[in-house]
Amino acid sequence: MSVESHEGVHRHPAPTGFIRKYIFSVDHKVIGIQYIMLALAAVAVGMTMSLLMRLNLSWPGTHWPILETLFPTGAPGGVMTPEFYLSLVTMHGTIMVFFVLTTAPQGGFGNYFLPIQIGAEDMAFPVLNMLSFWVTLVGFIVILLAIFVEGNQSIGEWFSGLGPSFAGGSGTVGPIGGWTGYAPLSALGKVAGPGQGAGMNLWVISIAIFCVGSLLGALNFITTLLNMRTKGMSLMRMPLTCWAWFTTAVLALLSFPVLLGGGILLLLDRIAGTSFFIPSGLYVSGLLSGSNPNFPLHTGGSPILWQHLFWFFGHPEVYIAILPGMGATSHILATFARKPVFGYRAMVFAIFAIGLLGFFVWGHHMFISGMSPYSAIAFSVLTLSIGVPSAVKTFNWLGTLWGARIRFTTAMLFALGFVSLFVAGGITGLILGQSSLDLAMHDTYIVTAHFHLVMGVASIFGMFAALYFWFPKMFGRFMNETIGKIHFWLTFVGVYTIFVPMHIMGIVGMPRRYSSFAEYRFLDSLHPLVVLVSVAAVITIFAQILFYFNVFWSIFKGKKASDNPWEATTLEWTTATPPPHDNFAGVLPVVYHGPYEFAVPGAPNDYVMQTDVGADVPSGDGHNGHKH
Amino acid sequence: MATMVTSTKKVTDKGIGSGGKFPGPNGKKPGGNGWHGGDHSKPKFSPASYRITMWVILAAVVMMFAALSGVYIFSSGEQRRPVAMPRMFFVSTLLILVSSGTYKRAKRSLERDRLRAHKRWLLVTLALGLTFVASQLIGWRELANAGVYFAGHPRSSFFYFATALHGMHLLGGIGLVLYILLRSLRPVWPLQFEKNLTWTGIVGLYWHTMDGIWLWLFGLLLILR
Repeated sequence: MSVESHEGVHRHPAPTGFIRKYIFSVDHKVIGIQYIMLALAAVAVGMTMSLLMRLNLSWPGTHWPILETLFPTGAPGGVMTPEFYLSLVTMHGTIMVFFVLTTAPQGGFGNYFLPIQIGAEDMAFPVLNMLSFWVTLVGFIVILLAIFVEGNQSIGEWFSGLGPSFAGGSGTVGPIGGWTGYAPLSALGKVAGPGQGAGMNLWVISIAIFCVGSLLGALNFITTLLNMRTKGMSLMRMPLTCWAWFTTAVLALLSFPVLLGGGILLLLDRIAGTSFFIPSGLYVSGLLSGSNPNFPLHTGGSPILWQHLFWFFGHPEVYIAILPGMGATSHILATFARKPVFGYRAMVFAIFAIGLLGFFVWGHHMFISGMSPYSAIAFSVLTLSIGVPSAVKTFNWLGTLWGARIRFTTAMLFALGFVSLFVAGGITGLILGQSSLDLAMHDTYIVTAHFHLVMGVASIFGMFAALYFWFPKMFGRFMNETIGKIHFWLTFVGVYTIFVPMHIMGIVGMPRRYSSFAEYRFLDSLHPLVVLVSVAAVITIFAQILFYFNVFWSIFKGKKASDNPWEATTLEWTTATPPPHDNFAGVLPVVYHGPYEFAVPGAPNDYVMQTDVGADVPSGDGHNGHKH
Repeated sequence: MATMVTSTKKVTDKGIGSGGKFPGPNGKKPGGNGWHGGDHSKPKFSPASYRITMWVILAAVVMMFAALSGVYIFSSGEQRRPVAMPRMFFVSTLLILVSSGTYKRAKRSLERDRLRAHKRWLLVTLALGLTFVASQLIGWRELANAGVYFAGHPRSSFFYFATALHGMHLLGGIGLVLYILLRSLRPVWPLQFEKNLTWTGIVGLYWHTMDGIWLWLFGLLLILR
């Protein structure tokens, strides 16, 4: 009986040893911080790669001694080879999308705050939660391995012993194939050229491992939210962050299995001689399929199929990246505008609508794949219709801000920055979502600009806002506000200076993914703009050193925070700072109000916490909007 | 220092009357969501969390098989030779259908507290499951003898791949059946009985879904050559 009482319940005593407490921890808060640390490490790698790409684009042919030392074959004489540049593109995209934009918003902040915000003591399955982090970390290690396997001759040679498709040491920093790993290039093995051997195998394996980790996390999120809400925490009393994390988990649950299935098929094409994504009669690197032992016969596959599988996952993935940012932004805007979220119910439905529509628009990534114009129209119309819930969210954010006496904390600045970037980046989605325009623009810099603004930088701003906002709860200390504001302005101005000129480059016709434009005379006039972007990128990237310093300095030396420093209303602010092991020290809270009861008429303070008993609030369902 | 409510702000009751209205846990009757909000003296087993998780897992599994079926349906027909369905796969179909029935008997026996019958039917299900896997392997041999190999046209690769993936999932199901069989050997306390019932329920969901996925794959491979 005593054994039984621990099973199926989330009761676990607070661990005492260092390893159980901070490393192999089953506490969702520690796991959340581990995810955030993983993202901080991954984003440093990804940013370094973008820095190298910018240096190559704006000062081509320059001798960079450090590159020569680190990558003697990838950058002979300190000058990047085109292959090296393309592998940077691939690894930057892969690391940023999977290990930063998917881990920090969901695995990091979601893990830490979803259980607390719904009044649970932990996730439904804490051990599974720990596993999902460690599996994800293994995925990250595998993708880092690709850097060494391809970049280092001797490691690469060792890998070659594993089989013909495992040849490494091509002098790149990983595979070449973009974060989308398009077949047939990615499916053929080393016959297809540099970076197509062991690096690509490791890439596919890493993505498959990542899928498994994300699936474990997603099912935990869904079960926890559906089954472990505390007394009084009805669905419509949940903070919008919880709605966003929940929808994100559902998206992950339904999209990652498709990528996992596709990834397994791709790996089989590479190592087991199947032809799922390889067409008949392929002629590559001067060899015909079947004419050479290095290039066995392939028949009947379809490379477009990989694109379908990839983008069926890939489009929901961009919402996996940005929905948590939307949730955090709504949460933070309301807190610092001291007003309820405008149209709570509409916000919930908009999150759902975005998530649902996200499953029917993957074709807009494939307009140039030769698809039927009729399918293109269907995908186009569905794509443009996402503008409706997106506009609902944007106008509701503006409605929340309207007439408010805003407290301009760093977290608030980043949340406002999120709204700005989401609009600025989203607006070009309406242009690119039309197949006729996309045909011309698809492979130019305007797409780079569009998705970086809307799903890259906006999501990151959401996470910056979340970190500045929740840092006091997580570590008991504030992040430094002065450094924070400098960080905000440098980053905000910086990212616009980087990505607005890219729109112009795209319209002029500058192709993306190219390592050099020396052959394209018509782009010569754009070179000053390219240099401007690179200078802005260098400044913005170095501004992030301020952020890293702020995080690690504040953990130990920051100003101490009280339990509810922002005068916020949701459950995480009702418990101690930082929260105890079981979140609420043994007594779960009872919820009486909606999540955003700010500016309550007649109340002595301008806010009512979700747990406050007996306050006069019209109905406490969150959607009731106070008459202003 | 952690208390339930750390807000020290006093909020006066204005007396209009709607404040503090408490609808019960999530608007349902007490305990309606299976969670023991507030009651900390006794941790409670929550069957709902197991059931939800199993549905969620199955949603992911079905998505994967749906995507892979898409690969089969849309893989180009060029240069393919129609693959004859191995005869052994008809036997497989029969085996897995019967195993769903025997599992249902096992579950019903447990619900009626007939533990011997429960264990017996579980054993029969287990045996049928293993025979199914064996029949699949024999089917593979039939395919190979007919000149259909894993490496080759996607349509022939898919025969092996789909059955292997389904077989691996079914092996997981066999592990789960084995687990509840081991559970049923332990002495039964009232709480444990509820747990056994929950486990038997969710493993049943999994088993029947694997049955359904096999029927789908079998039909797909049979009809669309």
